[in-house]
Amino acid sequence: MSLEKFVENALSSWMSAEGPEIDIVLSSRIRLARNFKDFTFPTSFSNEEAKEIIELVKKRIEEEVTPEIGKLELLEIDQIQPLEKRVLVEKHLISPHLVDESAKGACLLSENEEISIMINEEDHLRIQCLMSGLQLKETLKLANVLDDWIEESIDYAYDEERGYLTSCPTNVGTGLRASVMMHLPGLVLTQQMNQIIPAINQLGLVVRGIYGEGSQALGNIFQISNQITLGKSERDIVEDLTSVVQQIIAQERSARDALVKTSHIQLEDRVYRSYGILSNARVIETKEATTCISDVRLGIDLGYIKNISKSILNELMILTQSGFLQKYAGGPLRSHERDIRRAALIRERLNFTETSSS
Amino acid sequence: MICQECHQRPATLHFTKIINGKKTEVMICEKCAQEKGEMAMVAGGHGFSINNLLAGLLNIESNIQQTKANAFPKTEEKRCPHCHRSYKEFVHLGKFGCAECYKTFNDQLNPILKRVHSGNIAHIGKIPKRIGGTIYLRKQISDLKEVLKIHINQEEFEKAAEVRDKVRSLEKRYEAQEGGDEL
Repeated sequence: MSLEKFVENALSSWMSAEGPEIDIVLSSRIRLARNFKDFTFPTSFSNEEAKEIIELVKKRIEEEVTPEIGKLELLEIDQIQPLEKRVLVEKHLISPHLVDESAKGACLLSENEEISIMINEEDHLRIQCLMSGLQLKETLKLANVLDDWIEESIDYAYDEERGYLTSCPTNVGTGLRASVMMHLPGLVLTQQMNQIIPAINQLGLVVRGIYGEGSQALGNIFQISNQITLGKSERDIVEDLTSVVQQIIAQERSARDALVKTSHIQLEDRVYRSYGILSNARVIETKEATTCISDVRLGIDLGYIKNISKSILNELMILTQSGFLQKYAGGPLRSHERDIRRAALIRERLNFTETSSS
Repeated sequence: MICQECHQRPATLHFTKIINGKKTEVMICEKCAQEKGEMAMVAGGHGFSINNLLAGLLNIESNIQQTKANAFPKTEEKRCPHCHRSYKEFVHLGKFGCAECYKTFNDQLNPILKRVHSGNIAHIGKIPKRIGGTIYLRKQISDLKEVLKIHINQEEFEKAAEVRDKVRSLEKRYEAQEGGDEL
């Protein structure tokens, strides 16, 4: 098992491909929940059943892998160090829930980390695909390829009327959760988010900040996903979400335009102050770091800052979380030690991108 | 006592968590409590998740049914024959124990699904390719049988015979596929 490459780099290689609308949509994610027929669901199954399920999946990858999927690496969670588990969670490759149920869990990861299949999480399988920018349709296509590939040799728990049966009734039917991660500093700065969130909720979609709680999303990053999985086809779910996201993109763009027009110098000042903090701070807490990283990323999108790549936001957001910091430090750190380490890492990364691109 | 999280600072907060009947003693320092989000619990609130909300919804359901003149007095004790989960446990956890639970608690399911999925109760999306083949055939057969009944009722025997032949050929195909699956 080669865990190393998955925990070494903060940036998954799919992130460096710049997908459509990358200035606002950081990533698109599709998740399919699937269960095996005749097995008890993970909430109440035995260790033997858990092992059997992992074996079935193992057999499937040894049997045959289609070229569209490529090589998949099987990692058993209980064989991974706690710090490394945390890193995988921070990269969104596995969920905290899978870590909690370590003893029975495993995951399949593809080389570029576009594909992550969690085994024995809340459902027997959680097929997850991630792509850069707004590419929900493409991501769904890949997830379907994986789904069909697994189904060729394994019987799913499926009911004519209810569709794919899942542990939680909120996932039954398609088992599909489609989501996009959006960077919306313009809408936050112009205080429009509070009106947009309820409107989106009314459409059967959910908005939440990914770092921080409620509408006060840290780093201006929001995740928008579908709530309904039953009574709607996969295509409709993805198309509806895409069209809402496109409208939000348009609103964010006009908010940014308005900001540039009305308070250009204040905005530029804000961006460069944050840039100054990140490139000079010696001690920095997560909250401040996240806010500054968002400002710098906005500065890159608006063309104020030219010599830094867009993916810096994705990378630093992951890199500056405590699991990663401790992984780099090679052991546990106290919280003030983390703040020092975080500041150093950010300085190093910014310095590196500046010199390498000039 | 040293904090069980950071193993550095003294543990100033001691409390007992009971989750799903499992008791855990927690002894941590304030800093770690804040980071782990345990402060909400210490402050007297509850860690809030979709499952809490869902369990709440499901509970309302059973309350309503109970007040409805005890029409289904035994719903709570009903158990799934495959995984032995009771309806009460399902409501408490907000999770089914196995695929069979969907059949066991089918009578209670529609109101729950309606609430969670904006009024929807039936799947209209993807059908698995391999096992779906027979599902599709079975649906065709049952649809045709309905048509057959109508023809017979209306004494259109020629048309009925046509449909009957179709049903027979589909049934043969269905049996062949089913048999093939078991091999």
